[in-house]
Amino acid sequence: MAGSGTAHLREADTTLLRAENLVVEFPVGSTGLVVHAVTDVSIDVRQGETLGLVGESGCGKSTTGRALMQLPKPTSGSVFYNGQDLTTLKGDALRQVRPDMQMIFQDPISSLNPRRKVGDIVGEPLKIWHRGTAEEQRKLVYETLEAVGLDPEAAVGRRPHQFSGGQCQRICIARSLVLDPKLIICDEPVSALDVSVQAQILNLLEDMKARYGLTLVFIAHDLAVVKNISDRVAVMYLGKLCEVAKPDDLYAKPAHPYTAALLSSIPVPDPRVRPKEGDTLAGELPSPLAPPSGCRFRTRCPKAADMCAQVEPKMRQVGLGHYVACHFPLEIGEKPSASLAS
Amino acid sequence: MSRKVITGSTATGTAPTSELLKVVDLKTHFRTERGTVRAVDGVSLTLAQGHTLGVVGESGSGKTILSRSIMGLLPSRNVVREGHVYYEGNDIIGHTQNEMRSVWGSEMAMVFQDPMTSLNPVMKIGRQITESLVHHLSMDKNEAIETALVLLQSVGIPEPKQRLEEYPHQLSGGMRQRVTIAIALACGPKILFADEPTTALDVTIQAQILNLLQKQQTERHMAMILVTHDLGVVAGRTDDIAVMYAGKVVEQAPTSVLFDKMKMPYTEALISSIPKLDNPSHTRLEIISGRPPNLVSPPTGCHFSPRCKYVQDKCRTDEPPLVPAETPGHFYRCWFPVGSPEGHEALERNLAAIARGTSATNGAPSSDPIEPNPAATAASMKET
Repeated sequence: MAGSGTAHLREADTTLLRAENLVVEFPVGSTGLVVHAVTDVSIDVRQGETLGLVGESGCGKSTTGRALMQLPKPTSGSVFYNGQDLTTLKGDALRQVRPDMQMIFQDPISSLNPRRKVGDIVGEPLKIWHRGTAEEQRKLVYETLEAVGLDPEAAVGRRPHQFSGGQCQRICIARSLVLDPKLIICDEPVSALDVSVQAQILNLLEDMKARYGLTLVFIAHDLAVVKNISDRVAVMYLGKLCEVAKPDDLYAKPAHPYTAALLSSIPVPDPRVRPKEGDTLAGELPSPLAPPSGCRFRTRCPKAADMCAQVEPKMRQVGLGHYVACHFPLEIGEKPSASLAS
Repeated sequence: MSRKVITGSTATGTAPTSELLKVVDLKTHFRTERGTVRAVDGVSLTLAQGHTLGVVGESGSGKTILSRSIMGLLPSRNVVREGHVYYEGNDIIGHTQNEMRSVWGSEMAMVFQDPMTSLNPVMKIGRQITESLVHHLSMDKNEAIETALVLLQSVGIPEPKQRLEEYPHQLSGGMRQRVTIAIALACGPKILFADEPTTALDVTIQAQILNLLQKQQTERHMAMILVTHDLGVVAGRTDDIAVMYAGKVVEQAPTSVLFDKMKMPYTEALISSIPKLDNPSHTRLEIISGRPPNLVSPPTGCHFSPRCKYVQDKCRTDEPPLVPAETPGHFYRCWFPVGSPEGHEALERNLAAIARGTSATNGAPSSDPIEPNPAATAASMKET
């Protein structure tokens, strides 16, 4: 998997956000080593669409999300937002684009300033951008808090520690909505929450998307969650894209051995499905300091052959809107599990 | 319909010979400035040798305190711990810390949620494993190191010899959890408590760790209590499941019975809030509105009533007792159980009330899907 190429991108004029050949590298001190966090990733999102980005910890999905926001700027590659290349913008020009793009983080409690009141936290973006009068700002804060399911009267005067994790995530969502953004990047917004609260937040995001006409990039490691909320899913492995497809297709006929392995790791809430040892992916992610040659997944892949070490697979189409970067994609219904146990 | 009220000791009665652990009416209350927090409020369970019990509930349902209370891992100050914990027939509830030292590690051991913080960051892995071997099994240093090597190998750590000399920060999260499992298994405990062992881990690593626990359990014929908030995790890996809510067991049954014939609306709601891979994308998730109650002053009647779809007037005033269902070993606390004619009627009535747009006296929780009762939320926030 772990391949490159841009075959899966759609016509530039139909997309709201389009990242081409994104590369993010971090030098390690003065050792001369480089962490290859994101290597040649291309993705695009259409207006009103939700793009799900899945993968294990360390696969570069959060870094990709941040690179889209220019936080920090990618090492190379371009990010087009409404046809404008953000990577070429600097200073005030970039700042003027920022209100359109907001972010929601994984840990709702630590992403809120514990010393500030909720009303100030949610109203801060309005103050910074001088949107309306103080009275209009207050009204908008109340409206937004109401929209995310909090009682504004009770909430504005309190501080984050007086709320539960799920409520804090609602506050974070309110803060990201208040500037009326076009695009929200959600970085694992439900990973720190209980299943019951997770369901509330997922439903809320769907509601807010409909109400405010949002476009979402939803980053998570849980394929079941991503499937529920996305219109298109991109699977990442060690800084590369493996597979891009509609969620229903991805689940019904995963073409990448890695996608299949991720799917089989999800615990099924049914006692008749006894988890088998062979179904899980063996080993851990290789170091991004020295990623494997060729296909980056080959060290854990049950179908790896000599070719995989030499030639990096390119994205290619295997179905309508379904793209995979693999030399030996799975046939429909094929299970790679037999050799996964090794 | 006749109901037999079950009290603690008979609720989970099985043949005494196979019982390794028997908890009877265990209460664990914390005295705080705000009042008494009833974290565990009269829980009874039994665990047979080699069996796995899943304890499931949301954050704040008391499931972690239950496992710590059974093991006697709570501070003694301002903690009221009542009831009985029989381990191999002996009541260990009154044991002092010193007496418990012979139980911890060698009889009962625990794997904690966060592998990052449950290991000592300034002690080498090798010492953390051999510590209990030297203490409990009186091994000498070389013997202990040999045993530690075998343990690390058995939990699937590559190059164990090298790892013994490393510190926790040099390992990944999954590897660290394997080390904590190795430490827990070191002295061959008969019961392993796994408190959300995979919550901090990725799905792929979660599957690996759960498989590892299961394999070790079968090989060692250990009993295990698997505490989690995710019913998906326990579905395929446990013999019995106890669902906890507000410090009480609200439903308990053999795993397959719980999923097929659940009686408690809370269990049903927990299962339906999990996003399922089989559903098409954008399927609206069913949610449990509101959040778990304040354990200082839980609601009167059934503690789940403010969030329940089936709620009736009776639920708000009378607390349902733990009663047996048709299947042996299946118990639940509900006046209008799922799948029964009463439950069906109650749900119909509530749905009709919502459709009419009225919240009649008998009505369901408010139709607002997000916060059922802003006034109550505000009130509870004022208290904090």
